[in-house]
Amino acid sequence: MTDLTTLEADVLAQVAAAGDLAALDAVRVAALGKTGSISGLLKTLGAMSPDERKERGAAINVLRDRAQTALNDKKAALEAAALDARLASETLDLTLPAPYRRKGSVHPTMQTMDEMVAIFAEMGFAVAEGPDIEDDFHNFTALNFPPKHPAREMHDTFFFNTKEDGERMLLRTHTSPVQVRTMLSQKPPIRIIAPGRTYRMDSDATHTPMFHQVEGLVIDKGIHMGHLKWTLETFLARFFESDTVTTQFRPHHFPFTEPSAETDVQCDRSGGEIKIGQGTSWLEILGCGMVHPNVLRACGIDPDEYQGFAFGMGVDRLGMLKYGMPDLRDMFASDGRWLAHYGFSAFAAPNAASGLS
Amino acid sequence: MKFTLSWLKDHLETEASATQVVAAMTMAGLEVEHVTDPATKLAAFTVAKVVSAEPHPNADRLRVCQVDTVDGRKEIVCGAPNARAGLTTVYAPIGAYVPGLGVTLVEKPVRGVVSNGMLCSGSELEADDGSEGILELSDDLAVGTPASQALGLEAVIDFEVTPNRPDWLGVAGIARDLAAAGVGTLKDLSIAPVPGTFPCPISVKVDGDACPVFSGRLIKGVKNGQSPKWLADRLKAIGLRPINTLVDITNLITYDRARPLHVYDAAKLVGDVIEARLGHGKAEVTPGDQPSHAEHHDEQLIALDGKTYDITPEMSVISDAGGNRPIGLGGVMGGESTGCSEATTDVFLESAWFDPIRTAQTGRVTGINSDAQYRFARTVDTGSLVPGLELATRLILELCGGEPSDVVVAGEAPAAPGPILFDPAYVQALSGLDIAPERSLKILTDLGFAIAPPEGLAAAEFATHVESVVSVTPPTFRRDVDGKADLVEEVARIAGYAALPSTPLPEVARAVGGVLTPRQARARVARRALAAAGYNEVVSWSFTSTSTAVLFGGGAAELVLANPIASDLDCMRPSILPNLIEAAGRNARQGFPDVALFEIGPVFHGDRPQDQKTTIAAILAPHAPRGWDKAPAQDLFSVKADLIALLEELGAPVASLQTAQGSTSSWWHPGRSARLQLGPKAVLAEFGELHPMVLKALDVAGPVYGFEIVLEAIPEPKKKAVKTKPAFTPSPLMPLTRDFAFVTDKAKPAGDLVKAAAGADKALITAARVFDVYEGPGVPDGSKSIALEVMVQPRDKTLTEAEIEALSAKIVAAVEKVGGKLRG
Repeated sequence: MTDLTTLEADVLAQVAAAGDLAALDAVRVAALGKTGSISGLLKTLGAMSPDERKERGAAINVLRDRAQTALNDKKAALEAAALDARLASETLDLTLPAPYRRKGSVHPTMQTMDEMVAIFAEMGFAVAEGPDIEDDFHNFTALNFPPKHPAREMHDTFFFNTKEDGERMLLRTHTSPVQVRTMLSQKPPIRIIAPGRTYRMDSDATHTPMFHQVEGLVIDKGIHMGHLKWTLETFLARFFESDTVTTQFRPHHFPFTEPSAETDVQCDRSGGEIKIGQGTSWLEILGCGMVHPNVLRACGIDPDEYQGFAFGMGVDRLGMLKYGMPDLRDMFASDGRWLAHYGFSAFAAPNAASGLS
Repeated sequence: MKFTLSWLKDHLETEASATQVVAAMTMAGLEVEHVTDPATKLAAFTVAKVVSAEPHPNADRLRVCQVDTVDGRKEIVCGAPNARAGLTTVYAPIGAYVPGLGVTLVEKPVRGVVSNGMLCSGSELEADDGSEGILELSDDLAVGTPASQALGLEAVIDFEVTPNRPDWLGVAGIARDLAAAGVGTLKDLSIAPVPGTFPCPISVKVDGDACPVFSGRLIKGVKNGQSPKWLADRLKAIGLRPINTLVDITNLITYDRARPLHVYDAAKLVGDVIEARLGHGKAEVTPGDQPSHAEHHDEQLIALDGKTYDITPEMSVISDAGGNRPIGLGGVMGGESTGCSEATTDVFLESAWFDPIRTAQTGRVTGINSDAQYRFARTVDTGSLVPGLELATRLILELCGGEPSDVVVAGEAPAAPGPILFDPAYVQALSGLDIAPERSLKILTDLGFAIAPPEGLAAAEFATHVESVVSVTPPTFRRDVDGKADLVEEVARIAGYAALPSTPLPEVARAVGGVLTPRQARARVARRALAAAGYNEVVSWSFTSTSTAVLFGGGAAELVLANPIASDLDCMRPSILPNLIEAAGRNARQGFPDVALFEIGPVFHGDRPQDQKTTIAAILAPHAPRGWDKAPAQDLFSVKADLIALLEELGAPVASLQTAQGSTSSWWHPGRSARLQLGPKAVLAEFGELHPMVLKALDVAGPVYGFEIVLEAIPEPKKKAVKTKPAFTPSPLMPLTRDFAFVTDKAKPAGDLVKAAAGADKALITAARVFDVYEGPGVPDGSKSIALEVMVQPRDKTLTEAEIEALSAKIVAAVEKVGGKLRG
C-alpha cells in the first residue's frame, strides 16, 4: 500500500504546487489522463485476482477520488483568484464626471399659468383663447369704452398703421376681448378663463411692453358679486397655498364691469419682501366686477336674463409675488442663469393630487 | 388730485382723522396714492421759549441759550442771529431727525459748550417761510405745542381719480361721498346768487360745436393783488403756486368744486363780444391724434404759459376783436394777451362748458395738461356753470371788491341725465348684498340722486316688483351713471364691499375630457417634454425689429407697429427663432455660450386672427464643457433626435413624415436643413443649422441648430369613444437581423434606401436602420456605401433559409430600384 500513499502524497503536492490553470491541467493529465499515474494503476486491476482486485481496486478508487477532489478545489481557487486579479485590473476612477447633460426648465410665468389653469379647471372653468392682434371693437367698443374716452388713453395701446379703409388694428391691451369673443360664439352658461399675452406701451421695473393676463368670465342666471368673491378667495387661497389668505374688495372703475372692484390680499411688507397671508398691509392683486350690461348687450346676451362676473389678473406679477422674482423685465430677458435659478422642473406639472408647487 | 383735511372740513362736519378719512375714501372707491402728514413727520418738534441768549465764550457768532422746552429747561447753542431772549420758536430734542437737514441730532459740544438740542428754522422743518434764522412764532403758543400745529401744517392727501368720477376732482365731491359713507355730515354746498348791478357790457356768442354753453359777467373796479394768507396757504398746501387773487380764486374753485373758470382783464379785450368758435387753422393732414408740427397753421395763440400753439379746426377757440383774435383755447388755457395782472381793475369772468372729447384732443395735440383741461376732458358738471360763476363773484367781491354786472349766457348746456327705473331688490340680485330698500334709496339720495315715483312704468322687467320700483335721476355731476347696474354700484360701494357674501359657484358638470383643447394640451406636453430634454424655456417679446422679421420671412406692413416702444421692437415676429438666437447671443456675451432654449408662443403672418399661429421653437448652441472621455460633440442630429422624440410625444404621425431637403426657408443652412412634412402643403416642422448669414446679421457666433414646429399643423388625433388600446400580441418567434451594404450616389439621401428596404416586405420587416456610412477606398469616387441592418419578425412560423434568401433578394431589388447597388 506504500506505493499508493506515496503516489497520493505526490499528486496532492503537485496539485498544491500548480500556479495556474495550465499547470493544474498538466497535473490532472499526469495523474488522471489516459496515461496518467493513477489511470495506469487502474489499468493493472485487470491482471489481478478477484480478491486482490477487490482490495486493491477500492484503494485505487479512493486515491482517484481524492485526486479529483483536490484538482476541482484547486481549479475553483485558481479561477477565483484569476477573476479577482482581472477585476482589480478593471478599476475605474468613478470620481471622473459623467457625460455632460443640460438641465432644462419651465419658465416661471408658464408654470404660474399652468397652476392657474389647474385651479380653475377644478372649479369647472374651460380655457378660451383669442388673437393678440385685435380690432377696436373687441378690445374697446364692445367692452363699453366709448370712442375717444380717456379710459382708452390709460391703456397705452400699441397700434398698427391705419389702413386705407380706416381700420386700425392694435395689440390687445388686456385679455378681456376674449370675453367678447367667447360670448359672441357660445350661449350661456359660460365659465371660462382666458390666459394670454397682453401689450401696453410701458417699460420700467414693474411694467413691460408685453405681459400675461388671465381673464375669467362666468355668465349664468343669478350670478352675483358674492359668487365673484368666493371664486377669487378660493382661487387666491389655493394659488398662494395657504389657509390664511385674507382678501379685501375695494370699489374701482373699469368700463366693462359694473359694479367694479379691485381685490387686495393681506400681506406683510416688513423686511423688504412681501409675505402673503400675514401682516397688516394690503397688496392689490387684480381687478374684477359684474359684467356691464352694455357688454352683455354688445355680445347679444340679454342682461335682464343673464348676468355674471369677470376678472383679470397679471400672471407674471402673481408669479413674482409667489416665487420672489424682483424685476418683471428679467422675466423676458432669457438669461440662462436666471432661467436655471427661477425655472421649474419639467416634472413639476401642477395638479390637484400632488399640489401646485 | 390733492387736498388737505381742513379743506375737506369746510364741506364736511367730521371729527375723523386723516387716517380715518383715507380708510373711508379707499372703501368708497377713491384710491389714495400718498398721504403726507406733517404731524407724523414733525412729531419730535415742539414749541419752546428762549429764556436767555448769552454770547458763546469761544465763538462770536454763536449764542448759548437757556430754553424752556417740553423737556424742561435746556442749554442750547444756536448760530441764528435772531436767537434772543423771549423768542418763541421750535425746539428739536437730541435724537430727532431733522428732515430739512437730513440728519439725526446727537449730543456733542459746539466749540466747547454742549448743545442739548436744536432751535429750528422753517427750512429745517421743510416748512420754509422764506425768512432767515430760527422760527419766530406767536408768543401765545404754549411750550410743548406740536410744531405742525403751531405752523398750521396739516396732512395732504393725494389720490387717483378714475375717469368716471370727474366730480371727485373737487373737494366738495369727496365730502359728499364721505358723508354718504358715514364719515360726517355734509355742509350746505348751495351758492347764493350775487345780483348784478348793471347790464354786462360784454356779450358772448358760441358756436355749439366749439362750446355748447358759455356764461360770464364783468366785475368792475376790483383791486387785484397778492391773495390773503388763507387762500395762498390753501393753494400752496396742495402744490399750487399763488399768482394773484383773481387767478387764485379760479384755481380755488377748480379744486373745490371741480369747476374751472377763467378771468380776462377786460381792459385788454378788443371789442365787446367774446366768441367761442372752432379754430381757423388748416385741417390736420394725418388722421388721428398726432400733431403735424411741420404744417403751417393760419392761427396761433400765445398762451398763459408763454408758449405759442398752432390752432387747428378741431380746437375750441375763445376770441375777441370780432372773432378775429384768439384769446384762449377753450377749456384748456387762456391767452397771454388778456391775462389778469395786479394792475387789472375790470375783470371778465368766464364759466363755460367744453366738450370732453374735443378738450382731450386739444390737450393731446398741444401737450397742455392744465387743471382745467384735465377736468373738462373728464366732463365738468353741466349744472355748475352759473353757480360756479356766482361763487367766484362772491369771492372776488369779498377779496378784491368791485361791482358785478348781470350774468350773460350763450348757448345751452347738454341735457341733464334722464331718470332710471330702479328696483332696490336689484341691489341684492347683482351684488349679493342684503340691503334694505330704504337704505339703498337713502344712499342714493345722500349722493345727490333724486328719487321719485316711477312714471309710465311699462318695462316688463319690473312686472313682479311694481310696488317697489322707483325712478332715480342722477345729478348733473354724475353723468357716468346711466343704468340700474350703476345704481347698484353706488349703493354697494357706500354700504361697503366688506359686507359682500362669499357664495360658492353652483356646481357644474366637469368636461369629461379635461378643460384643454387638444392644441392647448399639446403645448403643455411640449413644454414639459422639452424641459425634460434639457432645454430652458424662455418667454420673449412677440415683437422683433422689422429688419430681423424680414430675415425670417416677415415684416409685412400690416405687422409693423405705428408706435413701437423701441425701434428694435417695431414688428410682430414671424418666427420665434430670431428671439431665441438673439438670446443665445446675449448669453454668450455674458460668458455663457452653451445654451439650449425653447419657447412656445405666437407668431404672426398677418393681422387676422387666423394668421396667428402657435409655434414650438428650440435652439441648441452647443458649447458643452470639454469631456475627459472624448465623447463626440452634440450636433444637428441631437436636435433631430429631440425634435422626433417631441413630435412622437405630441402624437404626430412620425412614421408617415417625409424628411424633405432643399425646400426649407431661407434662414436655414441650405444643405443642412430639412422639412418634416406629410406633403409639400402639410409642413409640420423645419429643422437644421441656422444660415451663417442670418447668424451674422443677429451677431451670434455659430453653429446654432434648431427647429420650429407649427402646432396647428400637427393633425389632431381622432376622438375615440373608448380608451382601450389594441390587444398586445407579442410574437413567440425570435426576430432576426440581416445586414446589407449598398453603394449609391453620394448625393442620394440615405433615407430613400432605408424607406425602400423597410418597404420591401411590409409583413415581415419591422425596421431598417443605417449603421454605417462610408466613402473612400473600395467605393467609387462620387459614391458612398450605406450599411443597413434590417429587422425581420417572422409572423406565423420560423423562416427557412430559402425564405430568408428570398426576402433578402426582395430587399436588394427594392433598394436597387431607388439607386442602391448591393456592395459586392
